[in-house]
Amino acid sequence: MILVVDYGLGNLASVRNALARVGADAEITSDPDRLQAATGLILPGVGAASEGMKRMRARGLDTAVVERARAGAPILGICLGMQLLFERSDEGDAACLGLLPGMVRRLDGPMKVPHIGWNQVEARPGSSMFAGLQERTYFYFVHSYICVPTNGDVCAGTTEYGRSFTSAVVAGPVWGTQFHPERSGEAGLRLIANFAALCADC
Amino acid sequence: MLAKRIIPCLDVKDGRVVKGTRFVSLRDAGDPVERAALYEQQGADEVVFLDITASIEGRDTLLDLVRRTSVSVFIPFTVGGGIRSVEDAGRVLRAGADKVSVNTAALERPQLLSEGAGAYGSQCMVIAIDARRRPSGGWQVYSHGGRVSTGRDALEWAQEAESLGAGEVLITSIDSDGTQAGYDVELLAALAQRLGIPIIASGGAGALDDFRSALQDGRADAALAASVFHDGTYSVTEVKRYLDGCGVNVRI
Repeated sequence: MILVVDYGLGNLASVRNALARVGADAEITSDPDRLQAATGLILPGVGAASEGMKRMRARGLDTAVVERARAGAPILGICLGMQLLFERSDEGDAACLGLLPGMVRRLDGPMKVPHIGWNQVEARPGSSMFAGLQERTYFYFVHSYICVPTNGDVCAGTTEYGRSFTSAVVAGPVWGTQFHPERSGEAGLRLIANFAALCADC
Repeated sequence: MLAKRIIPCLDVKDGRVVKGTRFVSLRDAGDPVERAALYEQQGADEVVFLDITASIEGRDTLLDLVRRTSVSVFIPFTVGGGIRSVEDAGRVLRAGADKVSVNTAALERPQLLSEGAGAYGSQCMVIAIDARRRPSGGWQVYSHGGRVSTGRDALEWAQEAESLGAGEVLITSIDSDGTQAGYDVELLAALAQRLGIPIIASGGAGALDDFRSALQDGRADAALAASVFHDGTYSVTEVKRYLDGCGVNVRI
């Protein structure tokens, strides 16, 4: 069973509904004890990193998520959830989960912030995350911060918005998307199906 | 680069679509969820539900509609109509909507925008403005579904709404609405010059080139339409193919 981690931020129902649509067995939970039995985790989220981490810690979800991910269960962080996979965020100067080396920085430049709407992701060729999708695919974004991985090898997708930034990461079973696959139509459902397949294999 | 968006709008009363019946491919053309899912298949970038139900019982029907939509529609959707407080907004957002749009309630109490943005983020607060041309020039804001003159200037109100925390402006030209004679491109361009937030053009879509004109000449970020989609004049796919051919960046 894939568990959608509920720490009180974000549109959880749409993530669960997207998993149901692709035929994955999934539930929403805020109980850290349940995570250890999960075949995969999804960390959704909309909002500020400092607030997200505060809520995760208050429920003991931070250590439970890290333990389960370190034990090899696939994890997909979406939007704020992707940012929380890294070490630190400039948003509220928050220490994050540290599953991936790197920082979260404000999206600066000449363009409007937040970055809202449909933008293209250029997928790294052969990436399992984008299996069955075109090399350049539109996904739906809503964010003001971006992930800056220390190790460029984890970058699975890039997006142009005034500058080029890492919009998707894959590090073994640790996946993250800055965009919202659960709000990105058919392409997003395919990505979620790819994640569900990874969970079924592990 | 960000794509320009095409947004079908559905008027909903007591959980049913009130306009458009020529949908041979649907089992129930009056079901807003089926209709929204069809538009998603056609390539709509978002969907807007405008609830025109007046009764209290109707509010629960709306929440049920939002929940059902979030189960089978996987593009962002906005709900407008009858949202008068930050609590109303919260209920609709928790049920699965991505954004709420507010109109008369924000004119009566502009803090609704700042409260909503503070609680849920600017990205989910849409200010809907109904504007009519003044004979003396400029545009005036109307409330209560376009029936009541407020005496306020549309461009000034849009700027104030942005400063209060609105994340998008949905601007409807009352003069153009229902005419199918084209969007009020002058109004759109005047707004684009003043605002930093995205502008959704509404009212007047009839010909394919009306969409291009709103997005290119009016510099709108999105174009909303109802009748041309509901009556089957064009599919969303046809509109986007046309725009792509004109060099407008759309998601195809």
